[in-house]
Amino acid sequence: MLLALLATALAGRQDSGAPVALVGARILPVSGPPIESGILVVHQGVIAHVGPLDSTPVPAGAEVHDVSGRVIVPGLVDTHSHIGSVEGGDRSEPIQPSVRVLDSIDVLDPSIERARAGGITTVNIMPGSGHLLSGQTVYLKLRPGNTIEELAVRNPDGSVAGGIKMANGTNSRRDPPFPGTRAKSAALVRARYVAAQEYARKRADPDPEKRPERDLALEALVEALEGKRIVHHHTHRHDDVLTVLRLREEFGLRVVLHHVSDAWKVADEIAHAGVPSSLIVIDSPGGKLEARDMRWENARALVEAGAEIAFHTDDWITDSRLFLRSAALAVRAGLSREKALEALTLAPARMLDLGERAGSLEVGKDADFVVLDGDPFSIYTHVQETWVEGVKVFDRSAPHDQLISVGGWGAGSPRAPRCCEEEDEDR
Amino acid sequence: MKPLALPWFVLAWSAPGVPAQDIAVHARVVHTAAGAPLEDAVVLVTAGKISAVGKASAVTIPSGVTTLEAAVVIPGLVDAHCSLGLAGALNYAHDRDELELSSAVQPELRAIDAYNPRETLIEWARGFGVTTVHTGHAPGAVISGQTMIAKLRGETVDEAVLQPLAMVAATLGEGAVDPENKSQPGTRAKAAALLREELVKTVAWVEKQARATAESKPVERDLRREILAKVLAGEVPLLVTAQRAQDIATALRLQREFGFRLVLDGAAEGYRMLDELREADVPVIVHPTMFRAVGETENLSLETPGTLKKSGLRVALQSGYESYVPRTRVLLFEAAEAAAYGLSFEDALALVTIDAARLLGIDARVGSLEVGKDGDLALYDGDPFEYTTHCVGVVIEGRVVSSERR
Repeated sequence: MLLALLATALAGRQDSGAPVALVGARILPVSGPPIESGILVVHQGVIAHVGPLDSTPVPAGAEVHDVSGRVIVPGLVDTHSHIGSVEGGDRSEPIQPSVRVLDSIDVLDPSIERARAGGITTVNIMPGSGHLLSGQTVYLKLRPGNTIEELAVRNPDGSVAGGIKMANGTNSRRDPPFPGTRAKSAALVRARYVAAQEYARKRADPDPEKRPERDLALEALVEALEGKRIVHHHTHRHDDVLTVLRLREEFGLRVVLHHVSDAWKVADEIAHAGVPSSLIVIDSPGGKLEARDMRWENARALVEAGAEIAFHTDDWITDSRLFLRSAALAVRAGLSREKALEALTLAPARMLDLGERAGSLEVGKDADFVVLDGDPFSIYTHVQETWVEGVKVFDRSAPHDQLISVGGWGAGSPRAPRCCEEEDEDR
Repeated sequence: MKPLALPWFVLAWSAPGVPAQDIAVHARVVHTAAGAPLEDAVVLVTAGKISAVGKASAVTIPSGVTTLEAAVVIPGLVDAHCSLGLAGALNYAHDRDELELSSAVQPELRAIDAYNPRETLIEWARGFGVTTVHTGHAPGAVISGQTMIAKLRGETVDEAVLQPLAMVAATLGEGAVDPENKSQPGTRAKAAALLREELVKTVAWVEKQARATAESKPVERDLRREILAKVLAGEVPLLVTAQRAQDIATALRLQREFGFRLVLDGAAEGYRMLDELREADVPVIVHPTMFRAVGETENLSLETPGTLKKSGLRVALQSGYESYVPRTRVLLFEAAEAAAYGLSFEDALALVTIDAARLLGIDARVGSLEVGKDGDLALYDGDPFEYTTHCVGVVIEGRVVSSERR
């Protein structure tokens, strides 16, 4: 029944072909100063115009939406989420680069709907942190659709875009063949990347007879070595952060640091390395030893040191519907509102190599945006509408979407995602 | 907004025996949780008790009394249910004392034997304005143990405790079930059967004790039966965590069979059971609003606190219990979500102040800013519910216990 409802709900949301003009809202483009009373025109999935209402004519034939009193921000980009009942590697070994999360995700899972209700338009769905390397991640646009292929972001060659999930610290430590110490963790990872370098060299041999057979795991690592896949690295403790930077240096990886509970201790080192960080903001520090010193001031500390930051939900660690809250709590701890909004939009888009097409309201970019009924960082503000590529994918005034947004009978899924806790034997 | 001037020299908790302090707080707005908000008002605390609340022009602050300034003052928050002090921040064996799973039924476990008043999460919670907690053994076993009520102060449990025994904590539904642990029930029906069995055994034990007393025979001690006898006698409420409608129904069924005082905890699907809960007049401590919407709480609603309160039920909010990250939620934010999803500011505030105090039976002392009550106050630099506001001071019985801007 839910599927039928969903299909009905989605049916009315196809891009009709005419330009759509949203007029009268306060627009926060992120790439430029706020527009107090603005117009946003979207056509064929991209932003056709954005600017002050008084200096811009509404295009002829446009479908006009009066959004006076609302606030429009770019669609939120979540660099780290476990929605869609995602699964990654199994318990067989600590490094599993051949595993693709796209082969596990249910795009009709309520958690994906909740992400749309939270204003999230782009998401990096990741496998868990219970491995040194738990698989290939997938970047999705949260378009309507029944299959992962309909939601997937594509690389220029048509392949599905995504990164590599890695982890260090305590979550990936367990009985052999998993590592028992931090040094063993690093040694195992180094050995595999060295093997991948060797594999790449041999695969390039001019003599086809001398080339090794395809190895899906090493192939994925070669993509990381070549910078085609960004390494999204779970890491909490300050020394583990520095270990990630050391591996990056050795193998020339493109890295985004994730969680980074101890960021305030090594902000200068992170900034000096020029490596971006995607931060988690949770209600209280701890829950495990390596998150003991987590501070809401992490965002401010990194920005003051000159490093790039984003936030993520780590859904279900935090609920996608409360993504704005993560940034708001960083504002509470001294981050500027401008940086906070950028850290939910343009900065995370760049961390997924999508900064050219998403994350800000600029002409020619994907028409991904959120209509709010107030200040993005106020508790009293609710996401009213979420649009992906010019299509409204969440509308709080629709009964089904209201149910997803607020919760209630029939809103849920009995399946808990396999991301975090169960693999965290050591806590 | 006036800058806050806090006396940084009074931070330390004084040794027992030192008289509680006199202090005054002047604020742009005082929400008393006992009537309409007061603008430009003063709360005066004398010897730890509130001695005056009113317009600044009407309250005389005695000379020599320190006056704190804040934009907004509210009563110190009362957390209606949590595991603070038992569930430590590190979540390792040495600070994980909220849940003992070697047996499904252990009501003899006392909260006072596990409460660590120096646990870092206590300082964390207090920094947002929480001054009183109902804390103890967590949901997760059919009967996990006892709970207590404490003020968030002191260096020993004796200095903190307000009520050493508050309730006995029970769990029904998926939270009580673990098919992989032979010590725990494998289904929800088995969990209910275990609970009934314990109560039936206790009924028999009570009768046997009565006979022994009548015949002047020696009475044999049994820690488990003694505490459950208090539950059956109505001296101590049974706090039953139940999320799904069928588990709430089971709690009500057991309450009818045994006649104990039921306090319902969690109640994610409580909105499906409004008539039944009203008829039984059961108070409800609703799960944290942002408890995860998975498993047995898959159908939780952010509007549940409002729905239950508006239906006339006695309702309070809790920071709840988390087994992982975050180890504790922030009670202030839970009330804020209730205000964002259907309740007025004052009604949402009541859920974490006076309503919670009444539900716990401690409203003669805490929960509102009224003359004669404990001088427990929380100070903010704006609307306390806004994410970007800061708690700038916390006072317990006239002493400043926190002045970090948080």
